Amino acid sequence: MEVSGSPKPEESREEDKQEKQKEGAKEGGQPGEVAPPSSSQGFEPKVADSLKEEKEPAPEPQSGGGTAPQSPGSGGRASGAPSAEPDAAVSPAAPSEPGTEGPPQLKPNPQVLAPPAKSERDIHEIPMAGEPHPSHSEQIPYERESTLYLNAPQESSSYGNLAEQPESEVFYRDESTSNSDLKPPERGWKQKGEPEPAAPSKLEIAAQNAKAYLLKKSSKSGLNLYDHLCKVLTRILDQRPENVVDIIENISQDVKKAHFNKKLDTLQDEHEIPLAYELAEKQKALFLQGNLEGDQEQEDEIAETPLPNIMESAFYFEQAGVGLSTDETYRIFLALKQLTDTQPIQTCRFWGKILGLEMNYIVAEVEFREGEDEEEIEEEDIIEESEADEDEEDELPKSSYKGPQVIPKEENRTGANKYTYFVCNEPGKPWVRLPSVTPAQIVIARKIKKFFTGRLDAPVMSYPPFPGNESNYLRAQIARISAGTHISPLGFYHFGEEGEEEEEVEGGQDNFQKNPDFEGIQVTELVESLSNWVHHVQHILPQGRCNWFNPTQKDEVGEEEEEEVEDEEEEEKREEPDNIEQEVGPPLLTPISEDLEIQNTPPWTAQLSSNLIPQYAIAFLRSNLWLGAYVFSDGKKFENLYIGWGHKYSPDNYTPPLLPLVQPEYPRGLEIMETDDPTVDEEQAFQVAQEKTLFESEKTEETEEEEDDDDEDEDD
Amino acid sequence: MDSESLLLSLELASGSGQGLSPDRRASLLTSLLLVKRDYRYERVLFWGRILGLVADYYIAQGLGEDQLGERKSLYSLNCMEWSLLPPATEEMITQTSVVKGRFMGDPSHEYEHIEMQQMTEGDRTYEDEVVIQIKEESRLVAVIDQIDKAVAVIPRGALFKTPFGPVHVNRTFEGLTLADSKKFSSYFHFAEPVELKNKSLLEKADLDPSLDFLDSLEHDIPKGSWSIQMERGNALVVLRSLLWPGLTFYHVPRTKNHGYIYVGTGEKNIDLPFML
Repeated sequence: MEVSGSPKPEESREEDKQEKQKEGAKEGGQPGEVAPPSSSQGFEPKVADSLKEEKEPAPEPQSGGGTAPQSPGSGGRASGAPSAEPDAAVSPAAPSEPGTEGPPQLKPNPQVLAPPAKSERDIHEIPMAGEPHPSHSEQIPYERESTLYLNAPQESSSYGNLAEQPESEVFYRDESTSNSDLKPPERGWKQKGEPEPAAPSKLEIAAQNAKAYLLKKSSKSGLNLYDHLCKVLTRILDQRPENVVDIIENISQDVKKAHFNKKLDTLQDEHEIPLAYELAEKQKALFLQGNLEGDQEQEDEIAETPLPNIMESAFYFEQAGVGLSTDETYRIFLALKQLTDTQPIQTCRFWGKILGLEMNYIVAEVEFREGEDEEEIEEEDIIEESEADEDEEDELPKSSYKGPQVIPKEENRTGANKYTYFVCNEPGKPWVRLPSVTPAQIVIARKIKKFFTGRLDAPVMSYPPFPGNESNYLRAQIARISAGTHISPLGFYHFGEEGEEEEEVEGGQDNFQKNPDFEGIQVTELVESLSNWVHHVQHILPQGRCNWFNPTQKDEVGEEEEEEVEDEEEEEKREEPDNIEQEVGPPLLTPISEDLEIQNTPPWTAQLSSNLIPQYAIAFLRSNLWLGAYVFSDGKKFENLYIGWGHKYSPDNYTPPLLPLVQPEYPRGLEIMETDDPTVDEEQAFQVAQEKTLFESEKTEETEEEEDDDDEDEDD
Repeated sequence: MDSESLLLSLELASGSGQGLSPDRRASLLTSLLLVKRDYRYERVLFWGRILGLVADYYIAQGLGEDQLGERKSLYSLNCMEWSLLPPATEEMITQTSVVKGRFMGDPSHEYEHIEMQQMTEGDRTYEDEVVIQIKEESRLVAVIDQIDKAVAVIPRGALFKTPFGPVHVNRTFEGLTLADSKKFSSYFHFAEPVELKNKSLLEKADLDPSLDFLDSLEHDIPKGSWSIQMERGNALVVLRSLLWPGLTFYHVPRTKNHGYIYVGTGEKNIDLPFML
């Protein structure tokens, strides 16, 4: 170690001077000489030092023999403050033999011992240390284990000050102070004759915390260290053995063995079953061989099982750096097997995983066999139209406002409800079937952005109000993600020639089949050109359905909400009442190169899985619209997967939709306006007119009466 | 996550669906070792990856002796050749905060930002449009720095403060207990403490100065910006940040396995209050 004249704090300047003075006198202390303590250094020595220095005689004059007294305390520094690095001793004891690779020049400082100036010691400040030198550790042969230790603050004070200097000086200085460890270690703790600093609260708290820690009971044996140490010391003081320090471990062990532990009897032993065991118990069912039937049946099953080989696709996804861990994938695989064994399922696919706040959802996409579709237990959308025909005499006007027309949901196996989805929180837990999706849910789901909680019955608190709970929201998001991101290589599917469903679908046919003549596409082409990929899931219209439903068929004025739609390839359309244009989306099997950009962001990113071995690489697409949607294809096979939070990406922040327009009041018209009250003149004129008519009528009456009288007379 | 236990860490953090392909893993294991040697770091962390439109940035960080000391970040596009990133400055962060949208994956790409600046010519002041060029590299630096300051996580007790000041890895750390691993108070921000200085003496009274020298997660704003999950029964704790979606922290209780990785677009989720 060289004592470098690097920038020094004040404390080191003094020392520098001393060194210069000494340099003539001493031609470098030999390695192995222990410098006697010097107190002229700028930092305050410990109390213990001062005590010791007062006791110690003046240091021996240096004998050139180089045999320095080994300080017993210097090696034991590890029992003091922890050294900063586990393997670099801050204050190595001076090596007893010259020639060991200790620090080459340790200049002794024989100083006249002056009692140190007592200045206030700020024991609470632990200044930051400079970066220790990495090579430090290599030069010092002494390696000590650092022990985590609640160090006594007196120690840290001196160390703290040391730490401010460049480390070479620390080293050097430390040499000089390390002698001061020639004291029993208890000395450091006794600060008699030293005025206590006036802020003992921190210390007390630290001591209390330390004691509380020692009193902490072990969860295994129920003992605590504090009591144990008390017992050990009691026993030692009782028995007074020789050489206690050598047999302290044995004593400690004996005390532990002799500890009488009375087991308290409780009525019932409570076994806390950790969740891990419960789950393992559930997952054990996955691994048990389910159905051991005849070989024939098993062969048939193997021939046409609806189970997808998700391990294979997981392997390909792993090449692209996506996917779950292997064991989780396999558990999902077994859970899917369980699902296909228990339900009449035609096809099954691992759709993906949606992350939630408390739990996640694992989603399986299935199609039931023909005719075996289980009836769903669903609350029907009851359109309550309370038509209370109360035949009152003067009927108060009823509200003529009819809400936005409820667009019926699509039938199962068509449109957005083409597939049925099952979810579970963890593989091994029961699968839950999600309800079918209604257009209203999709429309609202486009306007909100919520995290999933992981509980299917959680309410969705949002504006605009979402018609349903989290299971409906999850189902709506699944429908949107599927419509946006399920793609396949061009030519893998084609429209079936036969068996087209008799549906008037404007957006193209609803029905496609696997193309048996599919040749496969070069992987490089799949990456270079996005027009080699097509959507094979129907596009969802702004209306919330895949197939256009004309709301004017029933209503004369079907007022549709204006919908702000940001879904893929969709344009905002303003729907005028009375003149509803039919919404048309892109037809099935449209290339994804026609997808709309999101503000200069291409909707898809295509990459090769490996640039190092391109001949065996696979094409891999990442959706930038639905972060977490991935597709791979090796030219012949392909698979879609979604793992993410279930939200759509937009570069802008989410803004809640605007409030609906305030409805205008009635215009002031004839039905609203009233005439003024009649004035006196009008009334008088009216009266006069009335009297006039009365008079005239009386006249006529009189004549009539006369006539009558005449008649009567005549009768008489 | 530590570069030495990379494979196990990736396996543990894979619940979010983001991993590394085999060739990336192999090249990381090789190249991070060389980074550690060449730059003379004590520890090298694989920090994560930022998804670009064209290519991804793989980020590693080197730590010196002091765990809370200055961290050097390196990025790579192919996991083999690493380039050192400059330290983030306040100016960089404010300058790049105007850039929105996705990273491109090309460090030399320049975003153009149009700003209105007041120009004075003689006695007339008029506003003029000034086009500012912002390099993607500086944006990368700023984002890494923000993520580190906001959401880097360590469990309580994994680091300890030595009396000299530097913070070291606690070799006696035996993992959190099951009860503690479900509380936010037992996780700390792996960054210089901010809140700690504002605490009252009363709050500080119970803190252990050698362990509690960092901010804990429980006072994060907004409340609920973390999702904590026990996966595989109780065998694994996973924390996911909702403020920076893509950051996953994992810890196996009662063991030393812990770490965090960021795989995401490098954009902050400002819509968080709407989404909870």
